Amino acid sequence: MSGPEEAKEWSCAACGGALEIVKVGFTYMKGNFEVDLPACRGCGLVLVSEELATGKMADAERILEDK
Amino acid sequence: MEQDKLREWENKCIQEEPPECTAACPIHVDARLFAKEMGRGDFEAAYKVLARNMPFPGILGRICDHPCELRCKRGEVEAPIAIGLLERRCVESAAGKLRMQLLPRREQKIAVVGAGFAGLTTAWDLLKKGFQVTVFDRSERLGRSLWDIPESLLPREVIREELSVLETLKAEIRLGESLDGAGFEEICREFDAIFVDREVAGPDFALGVDGNGEIAVDAATGATGREGVYAGGGTGRCGAWSPVTEALHGRKGALSIERFIQKAQMGAGRENEGPFATRLFTNIAGIDPLPRVVPGDAGAGYTDDEAREEASRCIQCECMECVKVCLFLERYEGYPKKYARQVFNNERVIFGAAHTKNQFVNSCSGCGLCETVCPNDFHMGDLCHEARRTMNEQRLMPASFHEFALKDMAHSGGERFALCRHEPGKNESAWLYFPSCQLCATSPAEVLSSYRYLKERLSGGVGVMLGCCGAPAYWAGRDDLFRETIGSLRLEWERLGRPRVITACATCRSLFMEHLPEMESVSIWKVLEETGLPRSTCGSSGATVAVADPCITRHDRETRESVRRIAGMLGITIDELSLSGEKPECCGFGGLMYNANPKLAADVISHRVQASQTAVPAKPFSPPGGWYRTRRQEGTDTAYYRTEVKEHDYLAYCAMCRDNLAAAGKRASHLIELIFPAVEGGDPAGRGWISWSERRANRGRVRDVILRELGEKGAGNVAEHENITLSMTDDVRRRVDERRILEDDIKKVIHHAERNGKRLKNVQTGQYRAFHQQENVTFWVDYTPEANGFTVHNAYCHRMKIVGVMG
Ligand code: SF4
Ligand code: SF4
Ligand code: SF4
Ligand SMILES: [Zn+2]
Repeated sequence: MSGPEEAKEWSCAACGGALEIVKVGFTYMKGNFEVDLPACRGCGLVLVSEELATGKMADAERILEDK
Repeated sequence: MEQDKLREWENKCIQEEPPECTAACPIHVDARLFAKEMGRGDFEAAYKVLARNMPFPGILGRICDHPCELRCKRGEVEAPIAIGLLERRCVESAAGKLRMQLLPRREQKIAVVGAGFAGLTTAWDLLKKGFQVTVFDRSERLGRSLWDIPESLLPREVIREELSVLETLKAEIRLGESLDGAGFEEICREFDAIFVDREVAGPDFALGVDGNGEIAVDAATGATGREGVYAGGGTGRCGAWSPVTEALHGRKGALSIERFIQKAQMGAGRENEGPFATRLFTNIAGIDPLPRVVPGDAGAGYTDDEAREEASRCIQCECMECVKVCLFLERYEGYPKKYARQVFNNERVIFGAAHTKNQFVNSCSGCGLCETVCPNDFHMGDLCHEARRTMNEQRLMPASFHEFALKDMAHSGGERFALCRHEPGKNESAWLYFPSCQLCATSPAEVLSSYRYLKERLSGGVGVMLGCCGAPAYWAGRDDLFRETIGSLRLEWERLGRPRVITACATCRSLFMEHLPEMESVSIWKVLEETGLPRSTCGSSGATVAVADPCITRHDRETRESVRRIAGMLGITIDELSLSGEKPECCGFGGLMYNANPKLAADVISHRVQASQTAVPAKPFSPPGGWYRTRRQEGTDTAYYRTEVKEHDYLAYCAMCRDNLAAAGKRASHLIELIFPAVEGGDPAGRGWISWSERRANRGRVRDVILRELGEKGAGNVAEHENITLSMTDDVRRRVDERRILEDDIKKVIHHAERNGKRLKNVQTGQYRAFHQQENVTFWVDYTPEANGFTVHNAYCHRMKIVGVMG
């Protein structure tokens, strides 16, 4: 998942602040999930990396679609 | 799917029917599995297979008269599997001791009169069912004709040893009995039911006889004229003695006695007792002949090695015809009968439980190749289509499976493309050109030239209708949307005075023919054959191509032939693919496979394009029967699905086939590009892939040109974000397109981020990253603002919705 390294690579362009790891909520096909992800707490901007979106997240979507 | 519908489907697929050998065997020994274990050298396992059906396997295994061999499929190639000799070797070497410790647990007492092989079999079966059995014989030992068999084949101690099982099972043995008429009557009084072995029967038994003077029995049940008395055996008295037929008679008797005691239906479900005709189909085309192994020492039978070699000749008969030619069917590790049940169950799971077959049901292209190759015309596409409709009805269809395709369809039916007009300057139409959304998307210039040409050559006015035939909705099982789509096409067609429709896409035509039968249609190829071709055609004369028929023309010979004649008129030579004509595969577009299962669609097409690099077997689709299952069980490569590929350019006449072949790296052109070349002397087969964004832009172009010719203005609603200019490398364009992200989606993300400043910044590169959720999909874009637009470095998406930072 998007970890601390990734958090350091990006900053929030809205406020100029750094990203920190926080709990981010997701929902799909009637399911709700919480994942630790880098985000700007103040502006609410989250970071989903390409790796996460096309990897674990895509897999999870597939599984939920077969439910 | 209803239960009876499931039965109907299941009954159509005969993959699970028994092989010829088993069906021909009077006691249905699983000779296929037996041969497989023998071939592997696992004689113990092979022995267990025999023992499942054989009474006294140590005896019958040595002496069976093997009628199975007469029907063995290998026999149609050269010589049947030597099942008899293999059984002998098996029971000789496995020397398996039957460990049977059952004790009588039913109080009924059964008499077996006569200890021939039939009687012994009855005793064996009834003891195993828990009855109390008493065996009578006049002789001083059990076995009768068994003792006439040469010792070299059936050693005496084997007879004694095997028959001793009866005592182990607590049978009472009464030898040396007189068994005259009076003795028989006494037995009849004393026992609940009786089996008479005709090898031993006395003339004074009060039982009716047949023409040969044998006790008359009902062939199906072995019943004599007397209640509770059954008879069989004695095959040697009016023909050759057949041990396995003796066993069958004994078995029949035992089953009848059990039913008699239980007062159960005597005749029910006994049609397949004894040899029967199987429905299993096994394709033996392409199976190389292998000579039957002859034992080095004929008298001694096979050695272990000889037996292994002979057993390996077994084809492992099975059908799997459809699975051999369909990557989709292959990928899910089953066959239609199994799939039918899984789909049925999938519809039945309680809400919230796993529907594990959702993606499966939506991955079939509906190409119909399975139906063509199936001995029973099983059309998996129909089954999947029905299941999709049900999923939609039950509101259980995940949007992701069809959303991209349905949005593309909505684009074609919307203000950026849809149009229906008379020919400019006319107010009637004898003809109506329907070039299709996908051909306009990939070959706009050619569509426009062809329209111009049709207007020139046909009289009575040639109107034009731009739109989608509704195929994506149909494939998605969205009947509502499909009906709405063809309903509005029909209205427009009526408004134009019911002209004759000219289609350039075989899918449109086939849907029209089926769902709008009142609308007369003809393919553009047929029309061009009649009008003749325009003078300036592409410089492809003299070339050789392989025609890639679209799957939808499987039953449309007229179109396939028309296309070939036009290619001939163009001076093109055709080198036919083995899977052309009635057997084309799908390009991955059909049934929306590309949307529901992009990975599979990519594999399907790359298969058709790249198999040349992985060696094409001489006979592409003739793996021996059983090959598949055996490989699967062994966990080795099952990729026998190898399609034939030609080095020549492919000539397609379906827009999606052309585009998918090209995207997979094959040089491919569309017939319309050869007849109406956009560039004189160009190389249409070298055009390469095209993105979904370009496809939409091209549709718009066709519409604009037609409107301009009509002197009308296009609908000019351009959204703000559309004015953004993007620049991307080819790599990025391709990757983004494969993720089904449109440039329009990207523009929306950037537009949104730039307006409200919500974006991340890479601390090293200075690139921005922003996301925006558009309906069900969240798109992410990495970009850099430039003087006159934006450079896009990457884009990706997901369907999980971001709720936001929690607590
Ligand atoms: S080839 Fe094998 S499976 Fe087929 S009929 Fe012969 S023994 Fe049976
Ligand atoms: S993809 Fe074609 S051959 Fe395969 S199951 Fe579907 S309709 Fe049959
Ligand atoms: S071709 Fe396929 S569907 Fe038809 S009987 Fe064989 S395995 Fe079953
Ligand atoms: Zn911030």
